[in-house]
Amino acid sequence: MEPILSLRGISKSFPGVKALQDVQLDLYPGQVTALIGENGAGKSTIVKVLTGIYQPEEGTITMDGQDLHFANAQDASKAGVTAIHQETVLFDELTVAENIWLGHAPRNRFGLIDKRAMRDGARDLLLGIGSDMDPDLRLGDLGIASKHLVAIARALSTDARVVVLDEPTAALSHKEIHELYDLVETLKAQGKAILFISHKFDEIFRIADRYTVFRDGQFVGAGAMQDVTEGQLVQMMVGRAVDQIFPTRTPQIGAPVLTVAGYDHPTEFADIRFTLHQGEILGFYGLVGAGRSEVMQALFGITTPSKGAVRIDDKFRVIRSTHDAISAGIVYVPEDRGRQGAIRGLPIFQNVTLPSLSRTGRGGFLRLAEEFKLARDYTRRLDLRAASLDQELGLLSGGNQQKVVIAKWLATKPRVIILDEPTKGIDIGSKAAVHEFMAELAAEGLAVIMVSSEIPEVLGMSDRVIVMREGRIVDEVTGGAMTPERLVRAAAGIAEAA
Amino acid sequence: MTQTLRTGRAIPDRLQSPAMRALRSWESILVAVAIAIFVTNSFTSPYFLNAWNLSDATFNFTEKAMIALAMALLIISGEIDLSVASIIALASTAMGVAMQAGAGVPMLVLIGIGTGVLCGAFNGILVAGMGLPSIVVTIGTMSLFRGIAYIVLGDRAFTGYPPGFAYFGQGYVWWVFSFELVLFTVLAVIYWALLHRTSFGRAVYAIGNNATAAQFSGIRVARVKFILFLLTGLMSGIAAVCLTSRLGSTRPSIAAGFELEVVTMVVLGGVSILGGSGSILGVVLAALIMGMVTFGFGLLNVPGIVMSIFLGVLLISVIALPRLFGRK
Repeated sequence: MEPILSLRGISKSFPGVKALQDVQLDLYPGQVTALIGENGAGKSTIVKVLTGIYQPEEGTITMDGQDLHFANAQDASKAGVTAIHQETVLFDELTVAENIWLGHAPRNRFGLIDKRAMRDGARDLLLGIGSDMDPDLRLGDLGIASKHLVAIARALSTDARVVVLDEPTAALSHKEIHELYDLVETLKAQGKAILFISHKFDEIFRIADRYTVFRDGQFVGAGAMQDVTEGQLVQMMVGRAVDQIFPTRTPQIGAPVLTVAGYDHPTEFADIRFTLHQGEILGFYGLVGAGRSEVMQALFGITTPSKGAVRIDDKFRVIRSTHDAISAGIVYVPEDRGRQGAIRGLPIFQNVTLPSLSRTGRGGFLRLAEEFKLARDYTRRLDLRAASLDQELGLLSGGNQQKVVIAKWLATKPRVIILDEPTKGIDIGSKAAVHEFMAELAAEGLAVIMVSSEIPEVLGMSDRVIVMREGRIVDEVTGGAMTPERLVRAAAGIAEAA
Repeated sequence: MTQTLRTGRAIPDRLQSPAMRALRSWESILVAVAIAIFVTNSFTSPYFLNAWNLSDATFNFTEKAMIALAMALLIISGEIDLSVASIIALASTAMGVAMQAGAGVPMLVLIGIGTGVLCGAFNGILVAGMGLPSIVVTIGTMSLFRGIAYIVLGDRAFTGYPPGFAYFGQGYVWWVFSFELVLFTVLAVIYWALLHRTSFGRAVYAIGNNATAAQFSGIRVARVKFILFLLTGLMSGIAAVCLTSRLGSTRPSIAAGFELEVVTMVVLGGVSILGGSGSILGVVLAALIMGMVTFGFGLLNVPGIVMSIFLGVLLISVIALPRLFGRK
């Protein structure tokens, strides 16, 4: 069978990162191709290339034997490529029909929008995907699954022949997922070529006909699903060349510092229990949305769990606010640096001293000399690059901002430091500095928790790894048992290979 | 935790001295504007350069400027209080009721200030406690507080405050320096210290720049915001005492439109309406400028409507100019 669409030799880089390097992808009519890879493997980037949002530096896109160039999203849409994302962009205040036809509504002979054609067309499209929804309903009144149907109808209204489904089941319930599977079958029967992106192996094996695996922005392999096992796919996903060097260290693991027991949250996580020791780096691995950040934010007093106990150095602590957490000696370097970590409009030194003002000041009054001293000490330890400590934080690069945020927390002299995706989105050089620094902190007797979705980082830095899935701890590994395969299996919920 | 020695490169504390920075700041532009208006006024009217006339002129702004001090902190934190003028009306009405019941001067002052604080607490509970948007809440309480004053007073007025009560709005501490002017000066110094020299002030800036990150840094955001609403209520109460004393009567329409003039003062003073930046010095300078413009125009018999046009243009220019010249 000939593919409808072929990508060959596609490369795309961003400052400091090669997102895609000479990758290929084929999509066949009436077949579902699963695109598989870890976070950061380049899946989203290839989708954006396919849909004309990114232009690759090299490579060709061929459709029906013709070379195409997508200068923008409209070009891709005209060529018949459409994508349905995890969070679809629709308008709650418009009707179903208006949402489906927005931007390319049928016109009557006066050049005005032809309401009737719109309504009829919408009804046909919806029937085509097995839904008898009323096109005049206001979108905001629909549930998430129905909205998904509208998004799909909208995608098909452009006469798409290639449909990209980017983690379509992430936000759906069990029943809705099954309806989606039926829909995918319908689309297959109509001869559409479908690219299906998912982290869930059960669903890939259920609906995909073919697979393509990416790793670190490179093409690893492709083929038919019937010729491959879960184990082989996992192997392809994680079996990598060692391209990152992590600091070597001999962990000096001491007494327990933090003990968490029976930690429950009404919606985000359940029955979380673990112990963290002095001098230890404890990795938390899992898929995005597994509840790792939520547990950490509860420990830091951002959200309150419904029950559970937190003990620090044999003393029970009630943490209701970030203030409580900081006094208890727990600090949290958030994943979303721009929103939760850095205060970009304030100078560097003020960012560093913000949680420590009661120490640098006296009786509620500030003492600038003390503040500068503290900021100088800690930014120097992190090898910060900046013009002056009085510079606005927002003027620094992402990596340097991250150093300031970490410096801010170290300056509080914590017992436990939680780093949530500490190297996400920062350049290689800063990454190495952050890793080295984490090793140093552990060596100094700090207890470190690192939440990370990058397997090499988790394996390279942690003394012990806890794996979470769907709000629960599903595995805990140390030493030689820490293999990429084991972590990926636990995180994705795949049974041990026979 | 022991300190590991690490040879990171040394970063200087500051590249610009604080004095240099001040010279290139918004405040220095305001000083220039103030001087220009002062000189223009001196030339256009022979009555301007007179100590007693100038002293009279300060009554144009002292009450509003007191509120502007607290409003500046509130706006820097990213919130706003549009109910301040209505708080004055309610506080003044409360004092009127107390006066008719025979309350003495200290009691009147206490009731005026107390009413202000209570109103501020009410705003604070709604905004900081319940997380409602301050612009909506205080537009609501703006109608609510003044509405109560109208219900109590109808189209009547309270007059006949005790003679001792007149001191707060009409008395002089020494020579031409009125009680209101001296009080404002003292309050300005206190607010300057609070905003620029305490960790509370630092928290206000942090919240205005990024409330989420401030919370993640252990700042009790809701508590700080609540205190800021208490402070605007408190200042409105103090302003109510001064204004009622100066006028010698209470009408429900007292201090009508003050809230916009207060906000104008704060924004003209260089406080970003989006929060996060600004200084007390700027607000004080803006108050002086507005007072002098009003007074100068008055001496020249310029109609009030022209004055408000001028202030409108001034306000828009203040916001537009930095954008035109590429300053954020």
